[in-house]
Amino acid sequence: MHWSVLVDNAGALFAGLLITLEVSILSFVFSFAIGVVVAVLRVTPSRLLNRAGTAYVEFIRNVPLLVEIFFFYFALPSVGIRFDGFWSGVCGLSIYTGAFFAEAIRSGIFAVPSGQLEAAEASGLSYTQAMRFVVLPQAIAMTIPPIGNTTLNMIKNSSLVSTVSVADILGTANLLGGRTFAYTELLAGAALLYLVITIPAALGINFTERRLAIR
Amino acid sequence: MHRSLRPWFLVALAAMLLGTLAPARAAETTPDTIKARGVLRVGVKFDAPPFGQLDPRTNKVDGFDIDIARAVAKTILGDENKIEFVGVTSANRIPQLQNGNIDLIIATMTITQARMQQIDFSNVYYRAGQSLLVRKDSPVKSYRDLAGRSVCTITGSTPEQTIRRVAPRATVIVLESYPECFTALRGGRVDAETTDNVLLFGLQQQDPANFKLTGGLFTFEPYGIGIAKGNRALAAAVNTTLTHIAGDGSYAKMHAKWLKESPPGDWRSWFAESPEKAAEQFATQFPSPSPAPAATR
Repeated sequence: MHWSVLVDNAGALFAGLLITLEVSILSFVFSFAIGVVVAVLRVTPSRLLNRAGTAYVEFIRNVPLLVEIFFFYFALPSVGIRFDGFWSGVCGLSIYTGAFFAEAIRSGIFAVPSGQLEAAEASGLSYTQAMRFVVLPQAIAMTIPPIGNTTLNMIKNSSLVSTVSVADILGTANLLGGRTFAYTELLAGAALLYLVITIPAALGINFTERRLAIR
Repeated sequence: MHRSLRPWFLVALAAMLLGTLAPARAAETTPDTIKARGVLRVGVKFDAPPFGQLDPRTNKVDGFDIDIARAVAKTILGDENKIEFVGVTSANRIPQLQNGNIDLIIATMTITQARMQQIDFSNVYYRAGQSLLVRKDSPVKSYRDLAGRSVCTITGSTPEQTIRRVAPRATVIVLESYPECFTALRGGRVDAETTDNVLLFGLQQQDPANFKLTGGLFTFEPYGIGIAKGNRALAAAVNTTLTHIAGDGSYAKMHAKWLKESPPGDWRSWFAESPEKAAEQFATQFPSPSPAPAATR
């Protein structure tokens, strides 16, 4: 075993860690925004918007993520739209994870007693205001566990961006493997680097869950 | 145990488990154990025409490397069909040989000194050279023109390391397969694709009206068959096969069939070239080591 390969290439691997973080954070922001919007669409009184939300969720979450990333990277250029590997990855991860967030948040909205919305509207808030200030905060607080689950999956799924030339943790490990042949060591190192991100993220989710539950 | 300690306990456990994973040493496969098994397992490319390509409609592979593999099976087992083709990539072929998944690598593999520290090679059976594939109207005429442009190649290959050496100011896009790179080239995502000329030729044949090879050959890539380190008996059987197909005219036929031309005048000298000599010649092309992969997004 040549564990020194991890030390010798610590700089490149750390750069890969930063890229994985960058992809994950951007994808989290976009996918969470998509999730909130689509969840609200699915519970609005408008049938048209309902159906649009349902169509989004069922279409996007039932297609493999890799296909969606490849769609952005390989297929869109044929109609003149070019994202680089990084943004193809972020777009693919965001639309895909957004569908799962939407489902989690929607279940949370249903769990908020309907009296809350009625009371908010009766006190003079518009539907949008009632959603934004009364229903959604409760819905999201109640669905921290599934949201956390989906977030951890998203961080791990971000390794797929290595297939479109992004030197994230896995991409860097692969490139270094081609030079050193120490694949076992590099993959073990990559696994540990993912844990460096996912374990604190998991702890953060647990902490948030406890804090919101007390209130 | 305190609840918040549990994740770190798991990290330590995972690290310990990984530490105990001894490198899985493949049992020696000799021509005799292959005979006892009745089938030769060969790692070949499924996506690198004209050397190895899988037709998904028939689920059959064919190509130059495939014919070479069949000749080896005939030597060892007396039947060119007693063979199992395993699809490999440039990145995973050496680990697959080392862990015993395959007996041989016949997958457009250049003999290099770095690889010879991991595995053994047969004598040289083909000589390729790195080149460029571009659109017909491209201003790129040589690797020198790649500065400020983007070029696609595949992970784990010698061209990936070479292009970073010779064109340090080019943006290198690294994908998993040659057809993916060709798709990126067709989509205008990259300005050029680089790998061995014969593989670029296989891609260019799919759309000869719009694409061309350019830039000549700026390396030579001696191809060898990969064999597990120290497996002399299998290496001898492979080299015997190479000598045999060179002598009986079948190598020249394979060359003409897959590359649409006769082998060049000096081709017999390839077969006499030891892997050590080939690796040394390959190394002398590049006095400096390849720069580490740049931390591009």
